[in-house]
Amino acid sequence: MKVSLKTGKQLIGMSFILPWLLGFAVFTAYPLGYSMFLSFQQVRITPKGIVTDFVGFDNFSYAFTVDALFTQELLTYLEELFISVPIILVFSLIIGLLLNQNIKFRGLFRTIFFLPVIITSGPVIEELMAQGVTAIPSIEEYAIFTIILNNSESFFNSTIIYLMDNLIFILWFSGVQILIFLAALQKIDRQIYEAAKIDGASSWECFWKVTLPSLSPIIIINVIYTVVTYSIFALNPVVNHIQSNMFQINTGFGYASALSWIYFGVIALVLLIIVGLLTLRAKKKYS
Amino acid sequence: MKKNAVVNQRMPKKQKQQRIKHLLFGSNVKTGIITQLFIYSLLIGIGFVYLYPMIHMGSYSFMTLEDLLNPLITWLPSQFYLENYETAYRVLNFSSTLGVTLYVTVLPALAQTLVASLIGYGFARFDLPFKRTLFGLVLATFVIPPQVLMIPRYVFFNDLGIIGNIQSFLLPAAFGQGLNSAIFILIFYQFFRMLPKSLEEAAYLDGAGYYKIFIRIAVPMAIPAFIISFLFSFVWYWNETTMAATFFGNALTTLPLELQRFNASYEQMNAQNLGGSNVNINEGISMAGTMLSILPLLVVYFITQRWFVEGVDRSGITGE
Repeated sequence: MKVSLKTGKQLIGMSFILPWLLGFAVFTAYPLGYSMFLSFQQVRITPKGIVTDFVGFDNFSYAFTVDALFTQELLTYLEELFISVPIILVFSLIIGLLLNQNIKFRGLFRTIFFLPVIITSGPVIEELMAQGVTAIPSIEEYAIFTIILNNSESFFNSTIIYLMDNLIFILWFSGVQILIFLAALQKIDRQIYEAAKIDGASSWECFWKVTLPSLSPIIIINVIYTVVTYSIFALNPVVNHIQSNMFQINTGFGYASALSWIYFGVIALVLLIIVGLLTLRAKKKYS
Repeated sequence: MKKNAVVNQRMPKKQKQQRIKHLLFGSNVKTGIITQLFIYSLLIGIGFVYLYPMIHMGSYSFMTLEDLLNPLITWLPSQFYLENYETAYRVLNFSSTLGVTLYVTVLPALAQTLVASLIGYGFARFDLPFKRTLFGLVLATFVIPPQVLMIPRYVFFNDLGIIGNIQSFLLPAAFGQGLNSAIFILIFYQFFRMLPKSLEEAAYLDGAGYYKIFIRIAVPMAIPAFIISFLFSFVWYWNETTMAATFFGNALTTLPLELQRFNASYEQMNAQNLGGSNVNINEGISMAGTMLSILPLLVVYFITQRWFVEGVDRSGITGE
């Protein structure tokens, strides 16, 4: 009797998640498999429907050998990702810490810092970039930057230029992360700080020894969130490249699928490396 | 004066310095004035840089061509000039585009929210086989870039004949595979887990079935989660352009998509309108267009902003 009751309840539970199971099979698992299949095919669209020819790894090798634009865009994407993600994280942590202080108008500031999340869509950013307002206002007028730019090697140079031109846009990506940090900061037990202060720790020491270690799981969550949202944003050149290849006659769906899998692989690799490094560090330090 | 002297006398010099230092820079108990000043100026400064593009957009959208060309006018337009908005309104075909945008965002957002609540409840309240694996898969779907799924879904939807139709947004949403569905399932999961079980158990003992318990007890208690999910989902669907452009083609057009073609539409309109004054597009007009396209979102945000902020708290990703 008890067993049947339990399985009965399980069945009802399954019926609750049934939509997800069906949806996952039809709209995620099957497309994933089909996309994998397409990535090894040359796809032609004929009046009769889609015709596919098996081409092995041709699409993949084409991406790295012939399609110079793709490799270049992928490298630029990685470079920008490694510049932007730390900036977004540090910035949102700082804002989170500032807002966590006992200040007035906290609600107003939170509203301001979250606003970009609401309005950020590809075309809006594009319009704003066309106006040049995502760059730091009139930074080029300062002589020091001209000197730096004239006297440095190219990678450093391009990094600085990228930062100067896109800083506000990069910071606009941190709305959700600020709120996540703020929520986590408010959940840290006040008593730990009090105990540390009684033992003579300064605020600076408290930050490194209490705040940061308690935030480490949140930092990982924020890294994942940042990398994912940054990678799938509509203005990302790689995303555009994949999309434009979809409807090109000589490349088509097969090649675009291969590109999207390479991109997925790169994102997954980046996530694995960062999360792996962070967890290792956290374990080494605080266990 | 005399009193001060007494205080001075009583207080050793070092202690007095300490006291001033605490007042300005703060102590273990209180933040000092200078620290406070520093925090506020930092927040206001960053806030300004943050809002700079918005302020620029707002101010330019009211400028006449003369104002735009006048180097003396940088922030405040010389007059209250609405023609940019009138032009942008016509270029965007605002009222009908707004209708379509609401249609293709509100419905998927609603479907996504309702289904996410079911799934979240299922994971939170029932002991399912392979529950951990399944929940792990739910979260893993967040990391899959939509670009990987876009092509096969396009082929699939094309076969179903729902390209250029709201169904291509609605169907995945209604099965928990919409835009960022994983986050909403997580929000509901955390929310239902935090609710006390006792009410539901009492209802069960009184003979209510599980579905009835869900609708009559769990759902009313989870209203905040519904509002949060709906709002986030609404905003994300609104701002989604890659998928919208691919799946809707030319059949349906949203405000962000119209903004993307803004310049082209403007020129086309100008070319048709031969008799009228042939003005080239200027920053004022395109800023007014951008402003108009985000205006509905701004209105929604200023009415409901507390839900957005609470949403991140309630999602429970910060650990309970």
